[in-house]
Amino acid sequence: MGDSNYSKAYIQALIDELKTSKIYTDLQCAAQVDLAKPTLRLSELKKGVLNGLVNSGWDRKLRNAIYRFLQTNPKLQAPTPPPEHLKEPLVYLRKAQQSWEKRILKSLNSMCTELNIPLARKRPEKDQKEWAQKWTELGIDGPDLSQIRPVYAPKDFLEVIIGLQNPNYHGSDTPGFYHLWGIVQVPLKVKDIDELRLQYSDMSINQCQSGIDDAQDIPSELFEQERVKLGKKVISANHGPLAQEFSKKGCPTSMRATLWCQILAIEVDEIDILYYEQLKTNVLQHELLVDSLLYKDVKLTATNDDQYFVFEDFLYQVLLPFSRDTHVLKHFDYNSASPPKSYIRGRLGMEEFAVNYPPNGVIPFHGFAMYVAPMCFLFKETITLYYVFREMYIRYFFRLHSISSHPQGIVGLSLLFESLLQTHEPDLFFHLKSVGCHPLKVAFKWLVRAFSGYLSSDQVLLLWDRILAYNSMEILAVLAVAIFSFRKTNLMKVQSYNAAEAVLADLTTLQVIPLIQLSLFSK
Amino acid sequence: MSKGTKVPGYMQGKGSRNPRGIIGDREIRYKCSLQNTILDVLRGRPGWQEVPGQNNIQPNVNQANPKQAGQQSTGQQQANTGKSGSGSTTQGTTSGYKGSVRNPQGPGTQSAVPTRLQGDGDWDFYWCDREWLAQNYDTMFLYEHQKILHFRNHYELTRKNLMVKNLKRLKKQTERELGKAEGQSFEFFPTTYELPSEYHIFVEEFKKNPGIIWIMKPAARAQGRGIFLFRRLKDITDWKKGEYQPLSDPNREVPETYVVQRYIENPYLIGGRKFDVRVYVLVVSYNPLKVWLYRSGFARFSNTRFSLDSIEDTYVHLTNVAIQKNAPDYDPDKGCKWSTQQLRKYLSAKHGVEAVKKAFKGIDNIIIKSLQSVQKIIINDKHCFEMYGYDVLFDSDLKPWLIEINASPSLTASGKEDYDLKFGLLNDLLNVLDLENRLTGKEKRVGGWDLLWEDGPILADDGNMECAPNGTTASIPNSFLGCHNERKRQLRELYTAAQSIKKS
Repeated sequence: MGDSNYSKAYIQALIDELKTSKIYTDLQCAAQVDLAKPTLRLSELKKGVLNGLVNSGWDRKLRNAIYRFLQTNPKLQAPTPPPEHLKEPLVYLRKAQQSWEKRILKSLNSMCTELNIPLARKRPEKDQKEWAQKWTELGIDGPDLSQIRPVYAPKDFLEVIIGLQNPNYHGSDTPGFYHLWGIVQVPLKVKDIDELRLQYSDMSINQCQSGIDDAQDIPSELFEQERVKLGKKVISANHGPLAQEFSKKGCPTSMRATLWCQILAIEVDEIDILYYEQLKTNVLQHELLVDSLLYKDVKLTATNDDQYFVFEDFLYQVLLPFSRDTHVLKHFDYNSASPPKSYIRGRLGMEEFAVNYPPNGVIPFHGFAMYVAPMCFLFKETITLYYVFREMYIRYFFRLHSISSHPQGIVGLSLLFESLLQTHEPDLFFHLKSVGCHPLKVAFKWLVRAFSGYLSSDQVLLLWDRILAYNSMEILAVLAVAIFSFRKTNLMKVQSYNAAEAVLADLTTLQVIPLIQLSLFSK
Repeated sequence: MSKGTKVPGYMQGKGSRNPRGIIGDREIRYKCSLQNTILDVLRGRPGWQEVPGQNNIQPNVNQANPKQAGQQSTGQQQANTGKSGSGSTTQGTTSGYKGSVRNPQGPGTQSAVPTRLQGDGDWDFYWCDREWLAQNYDTMFLYEHQKILHFRNHYELTRKNLMVKNLKRLKKQTERELGKAEGQSFEFFPTTYELPSEYHIFVEEFKKNPGIIWIMKPAARAQGRGIFLFRRLKDITDWKKGEYQPLSDPNREVPETYVVQRYIENPYLIGGRKFDVRVYVLVVSYNPLKVWLYRSGFARFSNTRFSLDSIEDTYVHLTNVAIQKNAPDYDPDKGCKWSTQQLRKYLSAKHGVEAVKKAFKGIDNIIIKSLQSVQKIIINDKHCFEMYGYDVLFDSDLKPWLIEINASPSLTASGKEDYDLKFGLLNDLLNVLDLENRLTGKEKRVGGWDLLWEDGPILADDGNMECAPNGTTASIPNSFLGCHNERKRQLRELYTAAQSIKKS
């Protein structure tokens, strides 16, 4: 992998990262074990040790670790770009994100003052004990939430995105040549359907897919048996890229948990368990305002959902520690957002007394819990669930609620959705636009939540299989377009926003993969 | 809603009705003693007509309710059309289809029927309650084509003590004839004794296994009433003193029969909660035994988290909706239910497809064994059919345990999804019974119902798929509990196929 595509600095960063991680010491130990073998000839020391590492599976682990680094660290274009370029190269989007953050903070602060609750406080000894006891059933009696309201909802965020303007563009109020048809007015490069077809060619109609062709009433000889056999081979290889390639056609239900872990390079070891326990202790010791926000969110979304209500307690066990996890801060290197700062009482504005609030820098919004909920179907142990969610968040989900020019950021996805719909269903787009119902106004919430809570849970998982497999969230926009196409007949009849929303209110009966195939490959 | 059927005659007035006789060239007359989903279904069936009659309980309620039910079900359909986007021609089919079902052939075999009848003979289909049947069965005379819910002595299976007695007997018989190993297949109900008659055997067993938890249930009561758990014998002796006076007191009634059962202490938990599974089973004949299994159903979750520390907290342990309703933080909108499909998906994600197949096969075994245990006892009657609601609990090893069997499973819907389930269930039940005579009688699947047993196990494949590479796949049982249930599409295909077979 050390070809010239990667700059020296990038490789150096990779090596530095590896040296500080656990795998470095593990490898060293393994090498020493090989070294001590009596069969090893001194003249072939290097070769022998390398072979030994390959045979004992350590080279796979090293490869997986490198692959993980490559996936989470964007490749640098210029030799040494300023750090803010890594976050977001376009100045006006950077500014828009900053002012959006200010708004969120203001609303959070005003809730604090209004309700007279501090951002954080230490729990009394007695409460700590009580919390430790009821850790696995936190849903039974949570804090008083009557005064708490979500800081923002996807709807508020959409308004901000609609308001984005590129100052370099010739800004005029009258619709002109440069004026885009949709409501997102930021000119970004998005893929057209041919590029998408190429990208998703493994999903084309002539390819059998897990989740369709392995249904119960289809004889298993036709597809399922072979698929499961292949899946077992892939899993036993324990190699991230391989698992990813396999998942392009979907994961068989019973293998999904393992495949996802392999793709995300997650192997929970004692250190991870210890780390989680530490986070848990933090939750027990300190109470944050964010806890109430998370509680409120779970109660408003998952607890009310027929599919997810069972997992209420799991969600708290994941979300509360997540808010304390400073590992998450690292993703702000490449996220256009920045962690909010708060100051120790009485030291407002003094940099040396600034702390990140919440410790992970992520302020939850209405529907945040739904990023976790579908995964409760996969993992029985909270700890694995926790690490998979954390990785999913810092790889993908953060992009769905921060303003950036990244093609998979929410702005890019919204634009992709609008441009695909315009190109392929122009009559539908025009009709909806003319009755005052911009399609994005309905689809935006689907995108922000990656469809979780809108589709039935198994369909969400099939969809997220593809996000992981293709390492891209563009599939979300494609699916949103497919849904509009699928309900076109009824949408063409609507005359108001409410009517359109009613047609699209219930998506639980949809089968996502055939829909995506239909809209990508049938025309 | 069997939209697939053509009812060209439904615009005709009442006048064109044929005199009573063989169904097939006239409307089907039904009676129904319930006011919930089943009535909606019957009203919604094209070509079916309600018998106005004295036997409908409480005439005033009956007048008020049809409207309500009608509204509910039209609302349902509107919601459906909005959702599915079909937006087509189905209107509220609930009221007054007074026409005839046209059939390619009439069933020529039925006996001629006098022109005017009274009372019992005035209906073709009666969804009656158990009490009515018990009172009238011995005096009523039924014509060949008439169908009525419940078998005469359904309680052999639904009363907890009798069920266990019957199962124990068949188990012993099987062990005697086929050996101990075969008797193992009956290990799906926990050790159970009837009280007070088996009190002494119970005490002996109790002393052999100190510390385990027992559950006490009244044999004849439903919906979880009167159930409690205990760990010490003292609890039960106190209870005994309260409940039973010396039998010499002639004024006291015979003491209520209870069953005491070993409590399953390691139930399978999801999200820390206990649940049981409701499985719908249709028996259309006991001799030969013919059993259908419905694909859909639901898992009911206990409202609170499971722990053995709080055995006096009934809410944790019982999953009956009726009990849960009384729990202090019960939220009726939540319903605490998952569809069986949802459950099956969850379990296969956690344990793999094979393990789940095995677990669900265990449910098939429970159904068949329990029905066989009463096969010789139930008074078979070709007019009768029964829809049972089986309650099954999984333990942490995914082994299913039979909790109880209901002969009148609740048909009142707790929400939209539940309504859709029960509406489809009952409609397909009528499709299986096929009073319209639209099927060939050889179907292995009708809507959501799969034929599980007909005097022997039914296999999913007819043997026409001979390309199976290894011998094992050749015998997949025709059982699809918790599998995808696209009943409407299946019905459409089924009726088209049946019609063409009949024509040729």
